[in-house]
Parts: sequence; C-alpha cells; structure tokens
Amino acid sequence: MTNPDTPRRAGRLRRAFAGLRLPLHDPLAIAGLAIYAAFIVIAIFAPQIATHDPTEILFTDDFQLAADLRPGEDGYIMGTTTLGRDVFSQLVWGSRSALVIGLTAAFMVALIGSIVGVVAGYFGGWTDTLLMRLADVAFGIPFLPFVIVLAAFLEPSIWNVVIAMALILWRDTGRVIRSQTLTLRTRAYVEAARISGSSDVKIILRHIVPNVLPLSFLYGSIAIGWAILTEASISFLGFGDPTSISWGYMLQDAYASQALSKRSYYWFVPPGLCIILIVSAGFFISRGYEKILFPKLDR
Amino acid sequence: MTETEALVRVEGARLHYPIGGIVSAMRGLPSAVKAVDGISFTLHRGESVGLLGESGCGKTSTGRLLLKLDDPTDGHITFDGEDITTIRGEALRRFRTRAQLIFQNPFEALNPRFTIRAALSEPLENARIPRAEREARIHRVMDLVRLPDAAQFLDRYPHQLSGGQLQRIVMARALILEPDFVVADEPVSMLDVSVRAGVLNVFREVRARMGLTAVYISHDLALVRYVCERTIVMYLGRIVEDGPTEDLVREPLHPYTKALVAAVPVPHPDQSHDPLPIGRGAPDPRNPPSGCSFRDRCPMAHARCAVEEPGPSRVGQRLVHCHLYDQADTRPAARGTPA
Repeated sequence: MTNPDTPRRAGRLRRAFAGLRLPLHDPLAIAGLAIYAAFIVIAIFAPQIATHDPTEILFTDDFQLAADLRPGEDGYIMGTTTLGRDVFSQLVWGSRSALVIGLTAAFMVALIGSIVGVVAGYFGGWTDTLLMRLADVAFGIPFLPFVIVLAAFLEPSIWNVVIAMALILWRDTGRVIRSQTLTLRTRAYVEAARISGSSDVKIILRHIVPNVLPLSFLYGSIAIGWAILTEASISFLGFGDPTSISWGYMLQDAYASQALSKRSYYWFVPPGLCIILIVSAGFFISRGYEKILFPKLDR
Repeated sequence: MTETEALVRVEGARLHYPIGGIVSAMRGLPSAVKAVDGISFTLHRGESVGLLGESGCGKTSTGRLLLKLDDPTDGHITFDGEDITTIRGEALRRFRTRAQLIFQNPFEALNPRFTIRAALSEPLENARIPRAEREARIHRVMDLVRLPDAAQFLDRYPHQLSGGQLQRIVMARALILEPDFVVADEPVSMLDVSVRAGVLNVFREVRARMGLTAVYISHDLALVRYVCERTIVMYLGRIVEDGPTEDLVREPLHPYTKALVAAVPVPHPDQSHDPLPIGRGAPDPRNPPSGCSFRDRCPMAHARCAVEEPGPSRVGQRLVHCHLYDQADTRPAARGTPA
C-alpha cells in the first residue's frame, strides 16, 4: 500500500457514478436516452440548425407574404405558417423551451420531493406530520387550473409551469421517498452510524441519500414529461408566453389559423410528434430506473 | 459485590412502546408494550455482565437504553456520573465515543456501499481524529480483533467477507475509539457454530485487555457463562435475578432461572438435574399477568404472587425478585445497599 489515497479516490468517483446509475441495460431506456441526447444537441445548436428566426415574418421574392407554403416550397424545409414564419425553425427552437422547462421542472420536483421525503421520513414526529399534511394539500389542488390561475397572477411566462410544478408535483416524489426513507432508517447500519457518533445530517447524506437517489431520478424523469405536456397544454389553451416559441405554442397557432382545414399537416404534426417523442422518452428512461429499483418487476 | 467504581447506573428505567389507537383504547385494550418495566442495576468499571432471557423479555431494549438509542419512558440512566437521558450536543458526542454496540447481525451492520476502510473511518471522523492518525489506528484495531493482515480487507466491500470476518470488523468498529463500555447484542447468534468460538474468544480477550465494561445480551446461558462473571436474568421487562454467574448456574434461586439452567442441554456435573416443569409459552407482553409477571408459568406460585409485585431480596451476593425469598431481607446476611 504505497499510496492509499489513489484507489480510494477512484472508488469514490465510481460510487458517485454508480449512484447516478443510468439505466443502460434496457433497450427502451437506451432509446429514451438517445432521443434525449438528440434533442439536447438540437437545443444547444438551435441557432446554427435553424434556417430562420422563428418569429420573423418572411416574404417571398416577389414581396408577397410567405404564408402557408408547403414543405420544400421556396426552400422552406417544412413550409411556413399562415403568418409567414418558418415551421422548421420554430420546431428547432421549440426544443429549447421544452428542454429548459422539462429539465428545470424535473430538477425542482426531484429536489424538493427528495428533501421533503427524506426529512419527513428520517425525523418523523411532528416534522413528518406537518410535511405530509402539506403534501395532502398539494394533492388536493388540481394541477392545470392552478397553472392557469398562476399565469393570471403573474406575467404569462414559461416559468409559470416550472413554478407550479415545484409548488405541487413534489407531492408524489415526497411521499414515495418518505416511505423509502422510513425503511432505510431502521437498517442496522444507520443505527451503527448513529452509535459511532455520526450526526443526523451526516447519516442522511452518507447512508440515506445514496439509496434514495435512483427513486429521485425515476420521479424526476417522469416529471420531465409532465412539465412538457403541461407547458404544451397551457400554450395550447392560450395562457402561454406569446414571446417564446414552444411546441405547444405552435399547436395553438396552427389551431387558431385553421391549419387542419387547410390540410397543413406539416405545421401541426411535427410539434405533436416531438412532444410524443420526448414525453415517451422520459417514460422509457423512468421505466429503466424502475427496473433498477424493482428488479422483480421483470415478469 | 466488591466495591468498585460504578460506570453505569440504571434507576427504575422503563421503556414503553405505544400501540393501538383511539379505538383500542376505548375498548380498554392496553395502550403500550412494556418492553422494559422498571429495572435498576449498576455496572461497575471493568465488569462483564450477561443479560439473559428469552425472546421478547426486553434484553435488547435494555441494551438500547444503555446506549441512548432509545430514551426511557421513565427512570434514569447515568453513565460515569452523567445522566444520559437528557444529554445532547457535545456531551452526547462524547458519550458516543465512549459507549459502543456490537451488533447481532454483522451482515446488516455495515453499509454495503462502503469499503471496510470507510466503515472503520466513520467513527474516527466523528471523533475528529486527525487523518494522519487514522490509518495507524485502523491497523491497530484490526490486529486487536485478530485480522492482522489488514491490507487484505480494507479495500473490500462487506459482501466479499465471511460472517466471522464481518463480525470482527463490526467489533473493530466498536473498539476503534477505545470505548469504556460496550454492549454486545447476541454477537454470535448469526454466525456459523464453527466460527463462534473464535469470535467469542476475541471478545473475551479484548475485554480483558482493554479493561472494558461489557454487557453481553444473550438467550444462551452457556455463552453468558463463558464470557460474563455476573448475570442479570430478565423476564417480561423485569429483572428476576441478578448475581455472579457461577452462583447463578450452580444454585439458581428464582424459579425462572431454575428453569433456564435446567434447560441447558449439555449435562454438567455441577448443575441441578431436575428439569423444572414450566408452561411453554411466555404470556402476551401487551397484557402481562398482575403481580409477579412469571406467576402463570411458575410451579411455586401462591396467592400473594397475583397481588403483589415482588421486590428485590438479597440472598448472598444475589438479588432475587421473588416472594419465596422475601424473608431473606430480614436476615443478618443481607448487607450492602438494597436497590
């Protein structure tokens, strides 16, 4: 043992990654991760990929409004909207808001839910009672109307969805993580840590949180889909942020412009498909986490 | 009992676990399990005491009280003159470095995610032992528990070790801070018979070498006899007999102790051979009998036992909680402080 530090550090790193445990054993989960990877690349390089400014009103060469052009016409890959905007560029930029909303909302939900769950489960007593009654209140609030009310009180913004999810959707995560913590708390090694003098904070960080992380990721990955769907619903209902392009906004725009009667499928089918793709990718990934957590589910 | 300094003093400790709810309370059902129901004893420095009794008699709960893993519902426990039922913060941290537990199940007492080195480092970190000193202490304690080739174990994970090795690691973890007081909760019950003796010998040796005050919790009289000079027999949350192990084995006084001694399967020349017929099952701990809790299984029970709870009576060096020995209190032989 010449240098005892090196193997230990490597082990710590490995453990950190093992704690993240990406579900790489399940083909569907890999597909989900691939879809996410693709959308993340598109979102990052949106300015380079998009051919036009998504909000710019375009004109044809003979100074006519470039409205309702079919895909390929005049070089517009996916055609244009009734207002003469490029559908392809909107679709590309839409991935940005979808991911930003999805990931921040998922992060908030997983973070708040995990903290509430671990604290309630570990400390028990009145802390537990208080937090779980709060969760009951959150369960009682209907989600979509709450977002609409929030949008009415605050400026319409894509962040309303994130705020609403952070305020309400932690409830499921919190409940599940609490029950997991309750079982972890009674493990002999947690007791052993207490006897060896570890503080509550240290026990939580060292012995509880690593075992709870996969569950947090599971609920986080479910929350991504929820957030994107909610944003799309809110935008479709017209309570969204009119200045930022999202897939929900595209659907609303198409709906308001009677795209269906004009048979402009190129306009509303792609954003719909994107929503379906990214939401189902989230569920595929969460399914992978579920398999890690509950291996016996497999038939 | 020889007059040595008291390390741990338990005075009328009770530990009641609440059960049931409003509905069962209205139906007049008991509202608590009395896991420990008013016990008192003193542990002297360097003494090794066996806590003996059948399942559910409260011996593990007593151990938990001694280590402040649970706080007593009633009564006091002092450790080195300090009341541990109320301590917190820095005082509690100091107590945690001085009183340790050796777990029953070594397979669960170590976090599977941590290497042995990390497991052994945890108490050292908490006691703020400087990093430079830790490795040396780890190696020293590994020698102490007879795992001398420490380097071979330290970077492994618990699942890569055998039960006997794990139990030694658990013991090492308890001993690494050089505590004054150790509670061992059936430390060999989960181990193969073939490795029990090794672990027990390490325990005995370490205890003698470090001058530890130890409580050994077990249901096995033979094991207690092997490691402890004094034995406390518990029944349904109460102490029934407390005295030197050899006396207790040679001439058990309380009917329950008699039954325990008679039940030891190995024939032994200096123990009574007439097995005592007592009822098979222990009564429901939620609803123990009135008076003496042993009376419904006791062949010697009389009317008084149903009414009055027997207090401690001193017989020689022993304390017996049984009405059969009440008169002993008045004898001139009864010296010292009756608890």
